[in-house]
Amino acid sequence: MKAWLPSLLRLVLVVLLVAFVTNPGWFEPLLRPLTQDGAPVIYNQGSLLTLTLLHLRTVLIATLAATVVAVALAILVTRPAGVEFLPLSRSLVNIGQTFPPVAVLALAVPAVGFGEKPTLIALFLYGLLPIFENALTGLTTLPGNVMEAARGAGMTGWQRLLKVELPLSAPIILGGIRLSVVISLATATIGSTVAARTLGEVIIAGLLSNNLAFVLQGGLIVAALAVLIYDGLSAIERYTARRMGQETA
Amino acid sequence: MTIRLDKLGVVIAAISAYAAFAAPFVTFRANRIVPGEARSILGALPSAIGPLLLAIVVVAAVIALLKTPLILRLAASVVVLAALALLIGVAGSFLTPEGNTFARISPASGFWLLVFAFTLLLTDVLTRLNLAPWARVCMLVVAAAAIGLLLVTGSWDNLSILKEYANRADSFWAEGSKHVTLALGSLAAAVIVGVPLGILCHRVEKLRAAALNVLNIIQTIPSIALFGLLIAPLGWVASHVPGAAALGIRGIGTAPAFVALFLYSLLPVVANTVVGLAGVPRAANDAARGMGMTDRQRLFGIEFPLAFPVILTGIRIVLVQNIGLATIAALIGGGGFGVFVFQGVGQTAMDLVLLGAVPTVALAFAAAIILDAVIEMTATKRREESPA
Repeated sequence: MKAWLPSLLRLVLVVLLVAFVTNPGWFEPLLRPLTQDGAPVIYNQGSLLTLTLLHLRTVLIATLAATVVAVALAILVTRPAGVEFLPLSRSLVNIGQTFPPVAVLALAVPAVGFGEKPTLIALFLYGLLPIFENALTGLTTLPGNVMEAARGAGMTGWQRLLKVELPLSAPIILGGIRLSVVISLATATIGSTVAARTLGEVIIAGLLSNNLAFVLQGGLIVAALAVLIYDGLSAIERYTARRMGQETA
Repeated sequence: MTIRLDKLGVVIAAISAYAAFAAPFVTFRANRIVPGEARSILGALPSAIGPLLLAIVVVAAVIALLKTPLILRLAASVVVLAALALLIGVAGSFLTPEGNTFARISPASGFWLLVFAFTLLLTDVLTRLNLAPWARVCMLVVAAAAIGLLLVTGSWDNLSILKEYANRADSFWAEGSKHVTLALGSLAAAVIVGVPLGILCHRVEKLRAAALNVLNIIQTIPSIALFGLLIAPLGWVASHVPGAAALGIRGIGTAPAFVALFLYSLLPVVANTVVGLAGVPRAANDAARGMGMTDRQRLFGIEFPLAFPVILTGIRIVLVQNIGLATIAALIGGGGFGVFVFQGVGQTAMDLVLLGAVPTVALAFAAAIILDAVIEMTATKRREESPA
């Protein structure tokens, strides 16, 4: 494969995505065959652009919160003061992953009501796990000689954390964030079953009215967002890994 | 003598103190949908038993708080969890007025927090005990048997979740078997297709990148959209391929859910097969070649057995993920425990949500423990056989 081909494909995907959410009408003829009996082709109970932005906002807030909490927890359990919690936190992460998102979503509703909040809670809890796991791997597998050197240079605990440990584990932590974002982008669509305004609204409207054009446009926008964000974060990850002098994974 | 505190114990003691003395133990509702009123432990249990439960919780919390032997901590957590399980049923019968079938009693935040705190303690003890795989499965069986016993003897019959169950006993088991069939069936299909595909990807480098990329992209399609998108092609197959409809293939229902779960399952199975085969030591392959083994003999005699634990890890990921995802099948008429979850959300009846969510979580949890144990057993067996 030629080197410029992936970049070109990505560019085409970005252009298509932007064109679709801003001017969905242009694509009407393409989706027309999927509808029956003159049903609307383009989602008409809200603009696709607004829904896309709301979708991204929900994922962004949840991922930011999850990153802060997960990295803080991982730092805590890898310090001498918190090392007692390390095995337990590993088990909890394992157990946490067995909870299906739908269940978390549905159970959050009585506590916080319908809408965006239960979705944020579910996405936060789901996003926490991959980031925490990766941060833990990153912080516990640092090369011993580097840590020795940092200690020998007279760095304090804080200095070692900020100048050595976190920068060195940044690529692995970013990998966790990437995983978490992709999961959240897809899971956020389920949030629309509890009335959150995300792209799931379009898909569910399509399922309820048997309108495949809706299902397809909602699904494709989310998939395109996920592919692009995944690619973008992979590039950042490779860049930080190179800066840290590590091999590209 | 200085008293040394356990750090996790501080957290557990704080949660238990709040849960036992400040938070409601159960919620009482006159019927299914009115807002409930909170009852504390003392208000929810007969006068002799309430203080007893408080005493048990306090003693156990103190055991957790101090640096105590593991076996004592294990006993404390098991005793509290057993007492909670038993007494929540007692609270149900105690609060339900004689002959009243409308009243709903459900566990409230205090109960859940106590369960959480002492499960935390139990998890910590079990992690530190570092049990052998078979011992963990035994614990799971004992816990399942205890819960089964409570259910069969009817001690929980006055709790709201079981009242929802009583109204839907038949459909509960029907949806449950659909759920398990969906999760296990799609896993089986993914293994039958995915492992050979993984072997092929390992051998043919050109195929590897392409196949893994396509499977990666499938993973990014949100589950509800993938379920929906399969309705059309399967509907077409049902009406155009002779015999397909007779096999139960239809546009909506179980078929698209099955295919969607199968597609999601392929990536972990194929990717782990490739990773597992790539991790087979070169020396092992060279030795096998030197002994004059054919390609096929090498695959089944050397490569596949060595890669097996990694492939099993992929299967574990798929199974846990499928049990969770199968809940969404309910949105397209595919059945499963999700039916109760979505009905419950629609009626804002949380007991009904729990009726769908609790068995799903329990199934996923049990599957994770069993497969983790199996993975560990195959991995250690291999290490014993070939001390490297």
